[in-house]
Amino acid sequence: MEQDKNDTLYLGKQGFSNRLLTGTGKFASRELIPVMLDACGSEMITVALRRIDKMDQTENILKFIPDNVTLLPNTSGARTAKEAVRIARIAKQAGCGSFIKIEVITDIKYLLPDNSETLKATEILAKEDFTVLPYMMPDLTLAKKLEQAGAAAVMPLGAPIGSNRGLEMKPMIEILIQNMEIPVIVDAGIGKPSDAALAMEMGADAVLVNTAIATSWDPAMAAKAFSMAVKAGRMAYLAEMAQDTKYAKASSPLTGFLRED
Amino acid sequence: MSFLEQIKEADLFDFNRYCSCVTEQDIEATIQKENLTRFDFLNLLSPKALLFLETMAVKATSITRQYFGRTIGVYAPMYISDFCSNQCTYCGFNVKNSFKRKKLSIPEIEKEAQALSDTGIRQVLVLTGEAPEKTPLSYLVKAVEILKQYFASISLEIFPMDTEDYAALRQAGADSLTVFQEVYDRDIYQKVHLSGKKADYRYRLFTPDRGAAAGFRSITIGALFGLGDLVKEAFLSGIHAQFLEKKYPDVEILLSIPRMRKAKGGISPENILSDIRFVQFMLAWRLFMPKVGISISTRESPEFRDRLVSLGATKFSAGSRTDVGGYSSIGEENTAQFEISDNRSVEQVTAMIKQSGYQPVFKDWEII
Repeated sequence: MEQDKNDTLYLGKQGFSNRLLTGTGKFASRELIPVMLDACGSEMITVALRRIDKMDQTENILKFIPDNVTLLPNTSGARTAKEAVRIARIAKQAGCGSFIKIEVITDIKYLLPDNSETLKATEILAKEDFTVLPYMMPDLTLAKKLEQAGAAAVMPLGAPIGSNRGLEMKPMIEILIQNMEIPVIVDAGIGKPSDAALAMEMGADAVLVNTAIATSWDPAMAAKAFSMAVKAGRMAYLAEMAQDTKYAKASSPLTGFLRED
Repeated sequence: MSFLEQIKEADLFDFNRYCSCVTEQDIEATIQKENLTRFDFLNLLSPKALLFLETMAVKATSITRQYFGRTIGVYAPMYISDFCSNQCTYCGFNVKNSFKRKKLSIPEIEKEAQALSDTGIRQVLVLTGEAPEKTPLSYLVKAVEILKQYFASISLEIFPMDTEDYAALRQAGADSLTVFQEVYDRDIYQKVHLSGKKADYRYRLFTPDRGAAAGFRSITIGALFGLGDLVKEAFLSGIHAQFLEKKYPDVEILLSIPRMRKAKGGISPENILSDIRFVQFMLAWRLFMPKVGISISTRESPEFRDRLVSLGATKFSAGSRTDVGGYSSIGEENTAQFEISDNRSVEQVTAMIKQSGYQPVFKDWEII
């Protein structure tokens, strides 16, 4: 559905040509953020409202994000749909645009999403003209409900946030990719460029990477590596390269005797 | 098993004997593991684990970076009253210590808030002694309401309260709670808390539970090192943190590692925690609990704190005053609860954190 000549990814009404989404957390210094963005060409970056300090003139995190990069404020810290909705509204009033990444998390240890509260928040915010991107457990039933509620994409986790464990949820994410109309953005757990490439080869529409970039020794270089991997994976997907198949079909020993009359 | 039962079990356990039996192979095996048992944790706390301190540090640093990134949260304490009815042998606020006590009025709190927020601090830790008749709930609620106009996050380190009272403070805008058991060993606890409400071990022990029930988002616990046996206290602090983590998965649990210094009228600590074991305990906590926050106060010297930035600490106080009215100089000459070793300004501590390759985070909450 998102295919056109330029292979633009649409989230709501906005088009993106780079399919790597990035984040602002965990960097050794905020000055690294614009350098990282410049190196990888990411066009969308997520930022926690809880970290935005309007009162701070010098260190305000928004000052480190160039104007041509779209802000994706997130509701990190919300434990209920109600809190997520309040955070989203505060973000909009604070001038962070109308994109919102919903994160409703009631477990600090693994940071797994609360799917039912995430759905409630999506229903409310989609009606308020937010472009809603919910972080969710890869579950098709829920993903369909989110789509119906007006989500602009779904963001299934590859593995627990910050774990760098890669696509542990691969089979479930594949099911989403095959069945969703809205884009599927793999978020969380992607630890290496090869994980990102794999997600894109599978047909994910985009990936979001933060920890693996921010905590590396050279975040700009790491971001560039991820960007290249995302592009390579996307090209492989578009080229419909041969997939691994469980059932050989070249010589048709079983059906080769059949002829059309 | 309730946490109290676990403490009773620990009272029967011979920590010294266990530690003397731990082998180097045990410790090496523990360090290789991803999920540590309690015995693994104890292996890392044993004196023998000092032989593996560098390996523990490398692993702890990498885990901390993965979960917390290259960031250090920054906050400052604000003492609003030093009236106290407890008789804790180790504390400068001890009811038997005679000094001119002070409680800030609400306008004075606002003045303090202005002065402290001018330094760039956005997270404040509000402290009082234990004197509910001097600092009742109504006063604390008013204090929080004023403070939330100046700060993005308000933590409380006040006397233990019932759940309803905590809920009222949550409602007013406070989001985090700090309460130290001081010493988990029950006998020693009774010996050092001679009178006052704090003499009730059980009520204090279950304070974090009441705080979690009231909806606080983050709870800091810990022992005051110097009072009890070092390994036992470090072990039970960790087990307490793990117990809370499991029981309240939506609450962020932090450990603090205050160690005794000489306070006015205080006793000399029998179990001095050395720098090397301080670091060992921090690292053991990190390896046992990858997501636990570790908070370091200005009790520690600048040179030591600088090193802790990259050893698994996640939170630092900066520019601290531990006397009532200290930021706006309302209190003239007041008695501090404890002496500060790191007298550097917020700006200097910020610069140090940055120089160490970490990002100081001032605001990490939004009062919603």
